Amino acid sequence: MDASASLAPQRSGWLSEGLVARGGIVLLALALFVFLTVPLATILVRALEARDGRFVGLANFVQIAQMPSLLRALTDTLRFALGTTLITVPAAFAFAYAIQRCCLPCKGLWRGIAMVPILAPSLLAAIAFLYLFGNQGVFKGVLGWFGLSSIYGMPGMVLAMSFASFPHALMILLAALALSDARLYEAADSMATSQWRKFLTITLPGAKYGLISAAMVVFTMAVSEFGVPKVIGGNTNVLALEIYKQVVGQQNFSLGAVVSILLLLPALAAFAIDRAVRGKQSAMLGARAVPYQPRRAPLRDRLMLLYVVLVCAAMLLVVAMAAFGSLVTFWPYNLTLTLRHYTYGIEEAGIDKAYQNSVVMATWCALLGTVVTFGGAYWLEKTRGADRLRPWIQLQAMVPMAVPGMVLGIGYVMFVNHPANPLNWLYGTMAVLVISTIVHFYSSSHLTALTALKSLDGEFEAVSASLKVPFYVTFWRVTVPVCLPAVTDIARYYFVNAMTTISCVVFLYSPKTQVAAVSILQLDEAGALGPAAAMATLIVLTSAFVSALFFLAEAVLVRRTQGWRRGQSN
Amino acid sequence: MPTANIDALRIEGVHKSFGDFVALHAIDLSIRQGELVCFVGPSGCGKTTLLRIIAGLEQQSGGRLLQDGRDISNAAPAARDYGIVFQSYALFPNLTVAQNIAYGLVNRRKGRAEMDARVKELLMLVGLPDAGPKYPAQCSGGQQQRIAFARALATKPGLLLLDEPLSALDAKVRERLRGEIRSLQRKLGVTTIMVTHDQEEALSMSDRVVVMNHGRIEQVGTPLEVYERPATPFVADFLGKVNVLNAVCLGEGRYRVGSVELSVQANGIDPGAQVRLYLRPEDRYLPDTGDLQALPNQLSGVVRSIDFLGTYCLAEVEVDRFEGQRLLVYYSLNQVHQYAIRAGSVVPFALRGERVRVFAAADR
Repeated sequence: MDASASLAPQRSGWLSEGLVARGGIVLLALALFVFLTVPLATILVRALEARDGRFVGLANFVQIAQMPSLLRALTDTLRFALGTTLITVPAAFAFAYAIQRCCLPCKGLWRGIAMVPILAPSLLAAIAFLYLFGNQGVFKGVLGWFGLSSIYGMPGMVLAMSFASFPHALMILLAALALSDARLYEAADSMATSQWRKFLTITLPGAKYGLISAAMVVFTMAVSEFGVPKVIGGNTNVLALEIYKQVVGQQNFSLGAVVSILLLLPALAAFAIDRAVRGKQSAMLGARAVPYQPRRAPLRDRLMLLYVVLVCAAMLLVVAMAAFGSLVTFWPYNLTLTLRHYTYGIEEAGIDKAYQNSVVMATWCALLGTVVTFGGAYWLEKTRGADRLRPWIQLQAMVPMAVPGMVLGIGYVMFVNHPANPLNWLYGTMAVLVISTIVHFYSSSHLTALTALKSLDGEFEAVSASLKVPFYVTFWRVTVPVCLPAVTDIARYYFVNAMTTISCVVFLYSPKTQVAAVSILQLDEAGALGPAAAMATLIVLTSAFVSALFFLAEAVLVRRTQGWRRGQSN
Repeated sequence: MPTANIDALRIEGVHKSFGDFVALHAIDLSIRQGELVCFVGPSGCGKTTLLRIIAGLEQQSGGRLLQDGRDISNAAPAARDYGIVFQSYALFPNLTVAQNIAYGLVNRRKGRAEMDARVKELLMLVGLPDAGPKYPAQCSGGQQQRIAFARALATKPGLLLLDEPLSALDAKVRERLRGEIRSLQRKLGVTTIMVTHDQEEALSMSDRVVVMNHGRIEQVGTPLEVYERPATPFVADFLGKVNVLNAVCLGEGRYRVGSVELSVQANGIDPGAQVRLYLRPEDRYLPDTGDLQALPNQLSGVVRSIDFLGTYCLAEVEVDRFEGQRLLVYYSLNQVHQYAIRAGSVVPFALRGERVRVFAAADR
């Protein structure tokens, strides 16, 4: 038989499949380069230029170093971030411990309530705290007990930020405490170890990496936050706020760029520590570990239940306060309930399109973000070829986690605005909001997708090849259906975050693409607290509604397409 | 078309390195039509790498692969003709058993009815006629293994690759499936390569065994050949139990162990050379074969311990005048009772000199 003739068509078939594999990788690398690397690099370049674009070397940095207000902003940023971390992480740890290691009723309910802040923009907390403890607040008197004269400034910032960051820390700590080897506790019991000593020698070391991770996440969130300081910070200035003032207030992009670099430093440090720590964690729990089952301890369980209920009550109080504030006619003088803030209030401010824009943007982020993230992770994990680009993509995919949204936003505004940029038609469009938001939340979605894909049998593609089935058929028939829960998770994550994010889009919207979360900021600036609360409440309701929709859709899909999961008890 | 005189697979000088690490040194091997060949060796010996190169899942650093005379050295996996069963089975969890088996058929634009008939036929073949509508997770490990087998065979490949197909199963199921795979393979006559680290599996299933170590082939032969006439100390050691005795060659087939002279059928060793004698625990005569006095290599010793292994026992015997070197001696359970073997017993026996293999002491 003629070997070469029979081989030729098959080889070209393989070539085209290989081309698809390599093409996907190249596209992904290119997209990350254009929409992440270049905008960030623009900041670096811009930091070395004067306002008119002349190269001035480090002059901007010198100027910054001579501004005493900026030094104060730096120390206040660190105080703010540290204070938030010191409150949130222990509180979230106790909560996670109660859920994972104690016998409580209705665990799912408590967990769900504690996650509520994730559905809200951080500004909601700030607004709610104004209603609760502000100059005309319900519990203003309580402040005196703690020796505070006013909620404005550091106390309010730290409280509001703790509320907003609580679920992020909680998720990490729940996962850290979920993994535990029961046999360690059994061994300790056999040696008659006290509860306290078991906690100190087994539980705490086991959760060590989770604790560090949670601390880093909270710290980074606080360092990059500017909405909360703006609304409730009074005269306290932080770096993120300084960037906002320089860029939006004074159109001074060069100084904005310099401060961005300053802001990037603590976030990068936190990120590096977190990476180093996570690398070690994988070896913590062997495959043969026996999962830990909590046993009843009436006193401890009751105390923990009390704590959990208190935290949940506080969560609900904050949200309810904002919602209530949005419904009263004129706080605190006229408490008649009304919907006028939702209608007249929002219309009067000329931002009636903002809510609609947010929903459109979040929907696009959910659709496009999911396709790009899951597709990208698949190409990275399951195809071969273009090997030199792969490590670079892996690295790039993790960068957004370390970059504060504001810094990314500045990078985008400088990048897209640049007259030499062929992409400058993007300026002021919905597209740039969608792209920047997807990039901003890429890391965690990428990790979710990667984890799901890694849990699949690594030989699916090899089996398909042996059966002469192209890899994309297997992707569609097997990979996507099996990863469906992860895919809906990613979509939900993008939607909710796109609804609530401010930091990145605040520099990028145009009057036509104004989004809801940003409009809260403007309403607050204009002193329209009622409409601001209304907008925040609207966002929470939408996020909650869509999340519920996703859960429902997932349940239906799982029932219809994933009958195979039911037999998996063994 | 494959013909009897063309090898089903020829491997010519295939080697593979990962950076500085050489996973495979130039491998040459021919696999004949219809035979079942086992690659066996300890983990890290390169057997799986070789299989993956044959499947096109790994690119060799050099050398050629010819399947039915066709050069497939650089062909993509999909352009080669084989079916594969992995250790994990890699069954698609969201597809039913029937859909899994039909997975490769869908692609060939066969009619619905023809496809269903083929799936049914394969399910019958692997003895799971009713499993079609089930999902893999609802099947036992042994059933999943057979489904993976059926899927690999569905497209009637010319070559079947099995990567540790039984190692995820319980001992009992494993033994039963060995026989099933073997008889199925004979029935279909499909050329099969199986990778395993289990020497018993390799010996009981294969037509030929390829023993590998450190990226090289140590020996290729029928199970009986490699077991009875191991080419290297490694092969002797890896397959089954073996006694190793330090000895000095005295010339003309005579060797001294301790202060005992043994006569062994192995020549070509210089007198005075330090050697190692390899012999299996069962290569001995007991008094029930006849008068031991009439046999060469007659020995006696004291049983120090007994390892009970079911139908047989291995007695560790301190042999008189062996000067400390001990010998494992095979006794069937009946013989244990017959000769009242227990720790402390004095036992007479004779070694079967013609079975002893001699290797230079430096060979190990």
